[in-house]
Amino acid sequence: MIVIKDLHKSYKMGSNSLHVLKGINFSVEEGELVAIMGSSGSGKSTLLNILGMLDVLDEGSYTLDGVPIKNLNETKAAQYRNKFLGFVFQSFNLINYKSAMENVALPLYYQKVGRKERQEKALKYLEQVGLREWADHLPSELSGGQKQRVAIARAMAAEPKVLLADEPTGALDSTTSYEVMDLIQKINDAGNTILIVTHEPDIADMCKRIVHLKDGVIVEDKKITQVRASQYV
Amino acid sequence: MYSRDNWKEIFQTIQKNKLRTFLSGFTVALGILIFVVLFGMGNGLVNTFNEFFGDDATNVLYIFPGRTTVPYKGYKSDRVIEFENSDLADINQNFAMFVEYTTPRISRGGLVKFKNESNNYTTRAVGPAHQYAEKTIMMKGRFINEVDIENKTKYVVIGRLVENDLFGNENSLGKYIDVAGSAFMVIGVFQDDGGDNEERLIYMPYTTRQLIEKNTDKIDQIIVAFKPEIGYAGAMALDRSLDRFFREKKYISPEDQNGLFIRNVADQLKQNQQFARVLQIIVGFVAFGTIIAGIIGISNIMVFVVKERTKELGIRKALGATPKSVIGSILLESVFITTISGFCGMLLGVFILNSMGEKLKDYFITNPYIDISMAISATLVLILFGAIAGYIPAKRAADIKPIEALRDE
Repeated sequence: MIVIKDLHKSYKMGSNSLHVLKGINFSVEEGELVAIMGSSGSGKSTLLNILGMLDVLDEGSYTLDGVPIKNLNETKAAQYRNKFLGFVFQSFNLINYKSAMENVALPLYYQKVGRKERQEKALKYLEQVGLREWADHLPSELSGGQKQRVAIARAMAAEPKVLLADEPTGALDSTTSYEVMDLIQKINDAGNTILIVTHEPDIADMCKRIVHLKDGVIVEDKKITQVRASQYV
Repeated sequence: MYSRDNWKEIFQTIQKNKLRTFLSGFTVALGILIFVVLFGMGNGLVNTFNEFFGDDATNVLYIFPGRTTVPYKGYKSDRVIEFENSDLADINQNFAMFVEYTTPRISRGGLVKFKNESNNYTTRAVGPAHQYAEKTIMMKGRFINEVDIENKTKYVVIGRLVENDLFGNENSLGKYIDVAGSAFMVIGVFQDDGGDNEERLIYMPYTTRQLIEKNTDKIDQIIVAFKPEIGYAGAMALDRSLDRFFREKKYISPEDQNGLFIRNVADQLKQNQQFARVLQIIVGFVAFGTIIAGIIGISNIMVFVVKERTKELGIRKALGATPKSVIGSILLESVFITTISGFCGMLLGVFILNSMGEKLKDYFITNPYIDISMAISATLVLILFGAIAGYIPAKRAADIKPIEALRDE
């Protein structure tokens, strides 16, 4: 699904250049649930942003579902993001003046899906994350866990190839975190490919594979036995 | 691009961001409102101005005889110059090409009586054409005509206020009044835009006056109206040739400043029109400044709007919004708001101007108005610049990498 070869990325900080990713080789198969771990500054968020086409790579190659991702202009990148990827952010990033349902329907709007169908799909995905009754509520009327579930529903609504989650539980208490992880595991069980950036070991343990990043290189990449989140809920 | 879905999205954004909508709408509406009102008032000022100077015909020369101060061709100085009926005939004969009409004017003061009412009025003995020279408007009856001149009839045409003073509410037509000792029949009542003094005048045939004054043929002054088609330059030329003609005929030295006077209304009018034009330019400048201020206002708000929405735009881009759709929605939103509020401001301004009407006449503003095409173009200019002002920050926002936009708090 994802193939990355010899990926380099540096940021210019004035006259200095900060080499963040120093040759990453990494691939993800369909249906995997991968945790990318590392301390802050290890480059894990940068890697996720490049995977999400929110940022561009300097060197190396990136292939997503057989499509080489390079030299994208913003329009093309936007189309690919819409088609291939779903995002879940630490700070939820819901649009605050839109109801839960409208937030979920937004990626479909950019896919030019009709209004009726958009609403039906949005409700279906809200149902899946258990928030159907909350469809008409604004984000400000939802708890943190509910917001993240709406964000996950929104990421899933576009039916992406890969779900990318940047510290999805970073702003949540542990009970709520486990609820969200339970949801993510269920989505993964349904066959979706998911990448999670996290620095919390217990969250990483709920994935099927852990990739450890340190100072811009992969120091460890291991398959693990998944801890089910449902036992904590 | 302009599907119903797009509009729904834009309406929602507008509805859910009332402050932003209000701010940009208010700026545009206010800008246009002030522009329309200011420009209209400027026009009102010009109207008043034209009214002040527009109560007399503008294609008129007044010729006055004077008293010589320079000896010339054997004549001593300090000689009183007088006009006669023959001078009138000479003008009509020699300047027929340029002259539309002529009329003499002999002004006398005198006590005028009707029953128990009496008052002092100026009486002007004139020809029929005088009606056009002074733009005298007949309220009832008629003005003096050629037959009156021919027959030296003892008829008078009195001003509206003369009738008011002497007759009260009574009808004056056909009644006889006593003008300096002789009885005259009132054949007409007039009004004049030139003010109260102009409406306290009495007109009579100049031949009648001459008959009363021992059958003289003297004339106080001559009013010459030229054909409008000869234009300003023609009027000035006529002015000079009349001057030359009378100096020759009456033996007045070309250097004599006081022997003969010609007042040229065309010349005055030209100066007045220039003044009015300068007024209009000043008003136009101020109004233009208002539009510029409006443009700057809407630009500022657009920058603020886009800045405020950076994060939202980042989210939208992460969800698959193309730069084109980002720019499109910002622009459509701003154009929509500015159009609606611009036209509201314009209509309100036009309404205010209309309701003002004559109320500000005391402040020299008469009938303020604005060309509707002018108002609409100003509104369109503001909308256009609002769109341009919105495009620049929108383009910048669309070009920001989503990752940076998302980091924006």
